[in-house]
Amino acid sequence: MNPLNLNRIIPAEGRFRIFRHAMPGSPSPHAALETDMKTLVLASSVAGAIALSTAATAETPELVVYTYDSFVSEWGPGPAVETAFEATCGCDLKFVGAGDGAALLARIKLEGARSDADVVLGLDTNLTAAAKDTGLFAPISVTAEYALPVEWQDEMFAPYDWGYFAFVHNADADAPTNFKALAESDAKIVIQDPRSSTPGLGLLMWVKAAYGDEAPAIWEDLSDNIVTVTKGWSEAYGLFLEGEADMVLSYTTSPAYHLIAEKDDTKAAAVFDEGHYMQVEVAGKLASSDQPELADQFLQFMVSDAFQSIIPTTNWMYPAVIPSDGLPQGFETLVSPEKSLLLPEEDAASVRDEALAEWLSALSQ
Amino acid sequence: MALRAQPVTLRPVATWPGTCAALGVALLVLGTLTAVALRAEGPAGLGPADWSALRFTLLQASLSALFSIGLAVPVARAMARRRFFGRRVLITLLGAPFILPVIVAILGLLAVFGRSGWVSDLLALFGFAPVQIYGLHGVVIAHVFFNLPLATRLILQGWQEIPAERFRLTAQLNAGPRAMWRLLEAPMLRQVLPGATAVVFAICLSSFAVALTLGGGPKSTTLELAIYQAFHFDFDLGRAAMLSGVQLGLTVIAALLALRVPPGDGFGGGLDRAVSRWDGRGIGSRLLDSLWISLAALFLILPLLAVLVAGVPGLMSLPSSVWSATWVSLQVAALSTTLLLLIALPLSASIALGRKALGEVAGILGLAASPLVIGTGLFVLVYPIADPFALALPVTAVVNMVMALPFALRILIPRVRQVMQQNSRLALALDMRGTAFWWQVLLPRCRAQIGFAAGLTAALSLGDLGVIALFADPEVATLPLQVYRLMGAYRMEAAQGAALLLFILSMAAFWLLDRGGRFHAEA
Repeated sequence: MNPLNLNRIIPAEGRFRIFRHAMPGSPSPHAALETDMKTLVLASSVAGAIALSTAATAETPELVVYTYDSFVSEWGPGPAVETAFEATCGCDLKFVGAGDGAALLARIKLEGARSDADVVLGLDTNLTAAAKDTGLFAPISVTAEYALPVEWQDEMFAPYDWGYFAFVHNADADAPTNFKALAESDAKIVIQDPRSSTPGLGLLMWVKAAYGDEAPAIWEDLSDNIVTVTKGWSEAYGLFLEGEADMVLSYTTSPAYHLIAEKDDTKAAAVFDEGHYMQVEVAGKLASSDQPELADQFLQFMVSDAFQSIIPTTNWMYPAVIPSDGLPQGFETLVSPEKSLLLPEEDAASVRDEALAEWLSALSQ
Repeated sequence: MALRAQPVTLRPVATWPGTCAALGVALLVLGTLTAVALRAEGPAGLGPADWSALRFTLLQASLSALFSIGLAVPVARAMARRRFFGRRVLITLLGAPFILPVIVAILGLLAVFGRSGWVSDLLALFGFAPVQIYGLHGVVIAHVFFNLPLATRLILQGWQEIPAERFRLTAQLNAGPRAMWRLLEAPMLRQVLPGATAVVFAICLSSFAVALTLGGGPKSTTLELAIYQAFHFDFDLGRAAMLSGVQLGLTVIAALLALRVPPGDGFGGGLDRAVSRWDGRGIGSRLLDSLWISLAALFLILPLLAVLVAGVPGLMSLPSSVWSATWVSLQVAALSTTLLLLIALPLSASIALGRKALGEVAGILGLAASPLVIGTGLFVLVYPIADPFALALPVTAVVNMVMALPFALRILIPRVRQVMQQNSRLALALDMRGTAFWWQVLLPRCRAQIGFAAGLTAALSLGDLGVIALFADPEVATLPLQVYRLMGAYRMEAAQGAALLLFILSMAAFWLLDRGGRFHAEA
């Protein structure tokens, strides 16, 4: 069996944990921290201990990583990665959730060279060309034995996980097998806004890669199936779990969360015969970073076993480098698309603008 | 007698501080508009999506106004015809949505009208499909929730201005309900409705938070939301400025329409007898009125009840981010309330002393200014020289102050004018001027109005989810923004708990300041 297929079978687990808050048990690793922080905030505001806190930050360097919201949630990879990296770096790693993936890039543009961020984690190959055009990112030199389904060569961005976009539905419902069937059915779907969310953008590219000039017609037919367009992935998945829609745009690896974390096999990903668009999620270093060496250290750590072994069962994606223990059990049950689609980085930027304009005009009718 | 008719010449306090305050506000609003205008692309920059935002803005505002007014007429009629236990409470409750944070109401409406909400559950019992709240109808439902009470109060006032003698006379002429409608009620409504409709329409034009949370994608994007998206999705200041220009054009037209509606002839005075309605005594009209009143009360109370029910479990275990957001919100509200008093008090004194033009300027600016347009302008101005995100909180406080100013002036001016007229001569005879007059005469006598205006501002500022969405960086949030972020991260329990906290804080801030002003004061 080829290692790539193995990879596909092993989805990651982080994205979904946020939905576990509703479940009893699962004590939050942040609870104690939060209490401490509350006390700290109170104490410092009462005592006006500004001098103290600046002294503290001067001792330990702080690395600020902007990422998407589900990454930093208590159930996402954030807390575990933070513990693991801080154990080796002698620094303070701070994850800051700045909306969903595509909003991250807008955020960086908005903040420009003034940004506090050192590293941006959570862009994908549909956005890397646009990100490079901003001139805000610096070259990096990360090396690893990638297990990606594509050849990886990029001097600005390093990959940390990947997956296939798919519509997730309840396993007992009949799922359509392509976009045309979906558009004809009366299934209600929730999707994400391509301007703010990488899955939303991925869907745009998916339809475009599969249908080309026919894409606007597909979107027009789909528009009556769309319940709502959310800003981020979490919101959309939440609406689906609440029963506000029959299907939600997510990943083929999403059912693994329900299977592994919740022992629930009632969720499935619909296989589309047009093929499935792929996402490779990446991180990069900002040129304005005041901790460039620490940022390099973090990016190299990102492709190490310590980070990669956290990804499958917290972010629920395939890791970019296969962890030494392999993929978790349960990932072998996932569907693996016959055909995968991915536009090259350099085409993605121009296709994005065209597809976005088509999407906007089809859905604003 | 001629001499007595000149209170204007008696000026125990100077008018220049008020003039300065008005100039400051005008400079802020017009300065940001100029910044927007200079930065904006031409109308050629309007893409199909922008036209669709414009169409949707007009469509939803028209529908919201239509439904709010259409439903308010029977409700106001029922309330005008009936005297029942709890009527005063209900009328007070009709004022509550004004200071209710939008995000709180939205969580409540989702719990009632969402696909897994109470209404859908009820429909499912009878085998119907669940209702859908996202998109146009969700936006309209939320706007009706906020504006039905306002419209009802405006229209009810119209009914109350018909003197009791008119009803008595028509009854003596043996007029039934239909004739009563034709002779009294329809003419009154013809006078009241255009103004009320224009007000609701103008309010709904600037809808941001409702469209942000309940809009269903590109199909239901308002202009204010499009401004926000141009910032946050594309970082396109030119487009944001151009959309702001379009939005501004709309609001100015709507504000002028609302102000130009003629007041009409009126029904003349009466002897203030209790109104007796001979036309409403039939069983049919009693049932109909009860039905309308109950439906309106349910529509208002259920979402608030849902916020309470859903919020209590989350209130016990709020994440620390909510507490820090609460602290931020309290600071913003305190700053905005202080600013408001510093601006509104001198301004109302100057207006009371005869500088009427100042009042009109402030009124029109307040009605036409949209938070996101001012926010965009400030962003464009600040961006080249400083970090706009560092100024998020002061900017939010200032914008909230500008939004609250027209209401505060309406509350303050009549009382300030009255105090001036009653006390100016004596004060001047005692050579009491300036600071002494302020502290010993004016402020103590306006305590109740100051408290009311401050309470209103504090509550509005606490609940505002507008300009902060443009300026906030990922680590700073006001409480309404934090609620929205928690909803976005699908942490519904925490979001609902935080929404309940926000609800309690807004109401408490209003109540404390309002009561504080009236404490030991003879009403």
